[in-house]
This record gives sequence, structure tokens and C-alpha cells, in this order.
Amino acid sequence: MDLITPGTGLIFWQLFGFLGLLFILIKFAWKPMLAALDERESSINNALKAAETARNEMANLKAENEKLLAEARLERDIILKKAQDASVKMIDDAKGEAVKAGALMIENAKAVIETEKKAALADVKAQVAALSLDITDKLLRKNLSDDKSQKELVDGFLKELKLN
Amino acid sequence: MKRKILVLSLLISAFLLVFNSTTFAAEQEEDKTSFIMHHVKDSHEWHFLTLEHTHITLPLPVIVYSGDRGLEFFNSSDFQNHETHAFGEEYAHEGYFIDEHDHLGRVDGASFVEFSITKNVVMLFIVLIVVGWLALSAAAFYNKNGAVAPKGAAAIIEPIVIFVRDDIAKEAIGPQYKRFVPYLITLFLFVWFGNLLGLIPGAANMTGNIAVTMVLAVLTFIITNVNGNKDYWKHVFMTPGVPPLMLLIIVPVEIIGLFTKPFALMVRLFVAITAGHIVILGFIALAFIFESYTIGVASTLMVTFINLIELLVATIQAYVFTLFTAMYIGSAVAEHADADH
Repeated sequence: MDLITPGTGLIFWQLFGFLGLLFILIKFAWKPMLAALDERESSINNALKAAETARNEMANLKAENEKLLAEARLERDIILKKAQDASVKMIDDAKGEAVKAGALMIENAKAVIETEKKAALADVKAQVAALSLDITDKLLRKNLSDDKSQKELVDGFLKELKLN
Repeated sequence: MKRKILVLSLLISAFLLVFNSTTFAAEQEEDKTSFIMHHVKDSHEWHFLTLEHTHITLPLPVIVYSGDRGLEFFNSSDFQNHETHAFGEEYAHEGYFIDEHDHLGRVDGASFVEFSITKNVVMLFIVLIVVGWLALSAAAFYNKNGAVAPKGAAAIIEPIVIFVRDDIAKEAIGPQYKRFVPYLITLFLFVWFGNLLGLIPGAANMTGNIAVTMVLAVLTFIITNVNGNKDYWKHVFMTPGVPPLMLLIIVPVEIIGLFTKPFALMVRLFVAITAGHIVILGFIALAFIFESYTIGVASTLMVTFINLIELLVATIQAYVFTLFTAMYIGSAVAEHADADH
């Protein structure tokens, strides 16, 4: 068994042993295994692609959502502004009306007061007249004999009074 | 992890030292380095160790075919001295003998063919079983579970399969790589496990045997040339860009080149593995040549170191053998031969 002389027995066993291993493994090991590896790699690639697509869709969706949100915000601001304007206007209107009504009421009250005042003055005048008559009557009954000259005097006073 | 590996290698080398020291204790008179070549070569028996005068060996079958006597089976221990376990022409049995150099011979000198299950053949079977079992269990995993993340044997084999497929076959062969991947994977695993298992103390130097590497190289040669396309053969016989007169020189060179490629494959693996074994055993032999404990310790450390290197060499050689095979196949199936050379 020399170092660099190949032995026939070993060549024979090596050739058929290795070829046997090769054919058994090709048929029962490498074919299913390489197929499974290919399948797995393609499924991983598909999964990665699907994840990429999903991510893009998510990003699109998010952008769309943000757009919608911004629009909604804008709309809300407009509505709020309108409402504010409306309320300010309403308050102003109400204020104006209240001022008008107040003025009207004051006017009315003034008129009433005037009327009342005039009536009261007339009443007072009549009463003063009556009282004066009573007083004069009493005075004259005691002191004066001539009613006529007294009444003329009183009326002269009253006329002067009316002029005030 | 590193510490574990170191401790393990130290143990392995200590084991090697011990089991070889017993060899030497018994064979003090003999040449103290003869065991190296004895280990490196093939043998008709598997010698594990010698304790004083007891040889612990595994006798192996001797199978002979001759034109006149047909197929015959013997046991290697038939041709031995039962006391010393020595082979020799004087211990002939039924017309055959094994001489001191472990050669089978026939007493009457007639021709015969030998198919013995030698030490390397047993080692070959072990490697075939280990590789076959691993690959088949890996395949069984995929058959059972489909294309899922690998576990167990599949987790060991799958990275190798992917490495051979993507980094060797796809790189070196090109678009037609798929056809050759199964051969390349089998080749890689066979050579790799052959190299690694050969490093176990007491194992045989199977991938460092020229018959084994020759068969692998011849298979590569056949696969390369059977798949050679028009461009490949044109490159050999009508090398493009060469003046007609120069073809007289170039064509023979190209034809020789067809054979030197597998020859280089054969020699490279054989030399790398055999040299590794010789270096390890040589360091072990130092201790016995000098008969010194100091040198024993030093050589044990060196053996540990060389063993680690051999683990690397085992992998590199398997890679290189597979890579060159893929490159030769790639040059044979390439669609556009490069006109520049």
C-alpha cells in the first residue's frame, strides 16, 4: 500500500460509494431540499414585497387622513368664525333694539309724567282755589261784610298765580 | 468558547501522545518514526493501540478476485502472526500473503484484483454514513415541515447548502449553476467530513489517500468535459486569437491542460491532508526521539496548535476542491468564451 500508488480496492469502493451517495442524496436529499429552499426564499421575497406594499398603503392612508384632518380643521375654523360673527351681530342688534326700546319707554314715561303733572297742577289749582275760597269765606265771615269785593280781590290774585 | 476549544485540543493531543507512547513502549527497537508512514498509508487492519505486547486491532476483510479462482473472502488476521500481529510472506494463507509493507501478494505470482475492505474503505463508509445520514435527516425535516426555518440536522446542512449554491456554484458557474449544485454539495460535504473525521485520533487518513482524491478528480473531469459546450472545445482545439502556426504549440498545451486541472485537484487534496497528518505525527514523534518530558510538553502544545490549523485546512481544502470543480465546470459551460486568452 504505497503512498502515491492508488489501490484498486479503494478506487472501486470510493467510486461506487461516492456515486451511490451522490445518487441517493440527489434523489432524496438535495432535490427536496433545494426546492424547499427556493420556495422559502420566494415566499420570504413575496412577504417582503407585501410588507413594502402595505407600508406604502399605510403611508398613503396616513397622508390622506392628514389631508382630511386639515380640511376638517379648516372647515371648523370657518364655522367657528361664522358663528362668532353671527353672535357678535346678534348682540349688537339686541343692544341697539334695547337702546331704542329704552328710549321709547323713557319718552312714554316723560309724556305720562307731563300729563300727570298737568293734571296734578290743575287739581292743585282747583284745590288751592277751593281752599282759598274756604279760607276767604271763613275770613270774610268773620271780618268782611262785603263778599263781593273780597272775591274780586282773590280772583285778581289767582290770575296772577296762573301766570306763573 | 475559545478556552473550551483549547482544553479539548489539549486533551486530544494528550490522548494522541498517550496512545502513541504505548506504541513506542512496545516497539523500542524499531525505527521511532515508522508509525507516521504506517498511519498515513492504507492498511489491511485497523490498529488502534498497543498495550505492552497486546495489539488492539480491528481485522478487516480481504476480498480478492482472480481469473482462475474467482471471488474469495479472507480475514486480514489470517495473514498475521497471532502473537506479534506482524504481516509477512511467511504467514501465507490459501495461496495469498500480506508482506511487511501491507501489500497483498499471491504466492504463485499469478495476477489478481483486490477489493479488500481496508482501513480507508471502512473510513470511507463511516464518512458516507455520516454525510448521508445528515443530509437525509435534513431532507426529512423539509419533507415533514415544508419551507420553514431550519432546525436540527437541517440547521447544520442548510448553511452549507446555501454557501455552496450561492458562493461557489452561482459565482463560479454562472446562469447554468443549478444542474451542478447537488454534485458540488455532495463533494463539499464528503471532502469536508472526510478531512474532519480524519483528524480524530486513531482515524484513517482517507481524504489524504490518492485513490480517493483521484476518483473525485476523475468525476470532476468527466462532468466538466461531458458538459463542455462549443466554445469550450473551440477554445481547446482552435484557440481564438492565436496565429495558425502557434496553434501547433497551443493546442497540445490546451489538451494537456484538460488533464492537469483534475490532476492538480487530486494532488492538492492528497498532499494537504497527508502533510497535515505527517506534521502532527512528526511533532508527536519528537517526544520519543528525544525521550524528554520537556520536549514532550512542547511538542504536545505544537500538536494542539497544528490540530487547530488542520481544522482550518480541512475546511479550506473542501472549499478549494469544490470551488475549483465549479470553476472548471464554469469554464466548460460558459456561453461566451473570452477571446483574449
